[in-house]
Amino acid sequence: MCGIAGLIHRGKTSDIGSEMTSMLQSLKHRGPDSTGFALYGRGSGGNDNDDGGNQHVMRFKVAEQEEMRDIDIRVKMRARIDDVDARLEKLGVRVLDKAQPTEYSLRYAFAYDGDMRALAAQVEAVDSAEILSIGRALELIKDMGDAGTVAADYGIPGFTGTHAIGHTRMATESDVDIRSAHPYWAYPFNDISVVHNGQLTNYWTFRREMERIGHRFVSDCDSELIAVYIAERIQRGDDLEAAMHRSIDELDGVFTYLVATGDQLGMAKDVMAAKPMVLYESGDFIGLASEEVAIRSIFPNEIETWDPYEGEVKVWRA
Amino acid sequence: MAGVKPRGKAHAMGLHDERLAGRGGEQLFFKAAEEENFTYPWSFEVDFARSAEFDALDMEASAINLEIRRLMQDGVGSITVKNPRARHGVGVGFLNRLRLRFEGSLGYFGCGLSDGPNIHISGRVGWSCAENMMAGTIVVEKNAGSTFGAAIRGGDLVCKGDVGSRTGIDQKGGNILVGGRTGAFSGFMMQRGRMVICGDAGKNLGDSMYDGTIYVGGKVAGLGVDCVEAEMTDADLQWLTAKLSLYDLNPACGAANMKKFVSGKQLWNYDNLEPAEKKLVL
Repeated sequence: MCGIAGLIHRGKTSDIGSEMTSMLQSLKHRGPDSTGFALYGRGSGGNDNDDGGNQHVMRFKVAEQEEMRDIDIRVKMRARIDDVDARLEKLGVRVLDKAQPTEYSLRYAFAYDGDMRALAAQVEAVDSAEILSIGRALELIKDMGDAGTVAADYGIPGFTGTHAIGHTRMATESDVDIRSAHPYWAYPFNDISVVHNGQLTNYWTFRREMERIGHRFVSDCDSELIAVYIAERIQRGDDLEAAMHRSIDELDGVFTYLVATGDQLGMAKDVMAAKPMVLYESGDFIGLASEEVAIRSIFPNEIETWDPYEGEVKVWRA
Repeated sequence: MAGVKPRGKAHAMGLHDERLAGRGGEQLFFKAAEEENFTYPWSFEVDFARSAEFDALDMEASAINLEIRRLMQDGVGSITVKNPRARHGVGVGFLNRLRLRFEGSLGYFGCGLSDGPNIHISGRVGWSCAENMMAGTIVVEKNAGSTFGAAIRGGDLVCKGDVGSRTGIDQKGGNILVGGRTGAFSGFMMQRGRMVICGDAGKNLGDSMYDGTIYVGGKVAGLGVDCVEAEMTDADLQWLTAKLSLYDLNPACGAANMKKFVSGKQLWNYDNLEPAEKKLVL
């Protein structure tokens, strides 16, 4: 099962942290294993920084949650963080702000003009280090537990931005861990993230093809393929909508997925329409979720909602 | 269902005494001639003149259902529920006469397993509304999700807006009426009953249907396996006109120009069975 949700404010910002937390908490029954948020702030280095076009936010972790049982894990994590810092310094990355919401998860705001793929490769060369996201607007947070727990641990309520997507996971195809949780960042592209509800039946075929042309996978979760696929199509020159339309033909299985970029939110539904999605659209707001109850959680009044149809792709701009 | 008077024309068309039989022997779920006695021994005696309403804003689905049941037990026959807020499993399993109104939207499996009540929903419904409905009426003013009216056996199920995919999947009787469009695989494995789509229908309409009739006012994206177009008869038109009028539905093309689809009965299950066995299947 799994629950997915998305929202976008057009022409204004809002407390998307609280809104997405409320939506995902309403979908808790669809997936209790993990919860993830992809939140899009005001740009230029994330939620609070606004003083330069080369500023980014990187969210990464230096251990899986199950590693926290190891007796010497804290020493190892300290060494891993020091290693990341040294590598960033060597690349000429200027770290502006550091935060550590949990023992194993970190948020760096930094200024950097170089190749982002090289930066990502350097960070992930550190043992157990995994980048969750890099972006000018995107901040990707995912962890075990329901939306309320993750939101409280990472201080998500109060995050101001334009749009967001989120996911509550019931693991069916891969392990219950953070690396298999959604959203997935479209490595190494700034600000692109994906959440997915469904199963892809040509996952391994496509994964091998993507790996042959240089894409990296961090998990065995079929949903990660969608993020990589979208990244590949954008790299080849497709715009988001064209890439999503193509995915309907090329990805096999039952799925509904959401993609967000720095200023866009898109949804796609497979040709069987086997996975649910409810949509609400007004002049300045669009909300989508696996179940209407999630949209209702932020709209107490009566609203008009409907189901997108089979093979449908929609893209909105903030 | 008491109070429903047999009408000659409808009965001549076989609309009120459909027989549903399985391999294990014939079963008759409803006989119009015995309608006065067709009540469950545990159903509540209610008075339509007695009405009540309550606000479900902070109530769980089970609490809402229990409150409706409590009111019925007290003899209340007209109940209004405010602010259901798209909760799942609301209005399920009511087996007696009742006028029930939801002011707002329902989530998944709303009003499933109904047998008798007349239900009005001012908002929208999620997936699998009215699943396994036996009798009564359910009218949805806005849109509906997928698998609308899955496996219904009787009654009238109406959505005045658009519905999702697989409408009336495994329909075994009754009538499904849609004011707008419907998605793919509507009427999938339909076995009996009638479906009316005023707007467009998605691809694979009536796929693998055994029997029953589908009427479509708009465009059909594609027919499913063994679904074929059939000729509209005067009886079809009379029935359509009456039903559409009853629920204030107006297909843009007019009832007379709607298309009719039925089973071609060419699938393997027809080819491999003796005539006597075919009767058992249906």
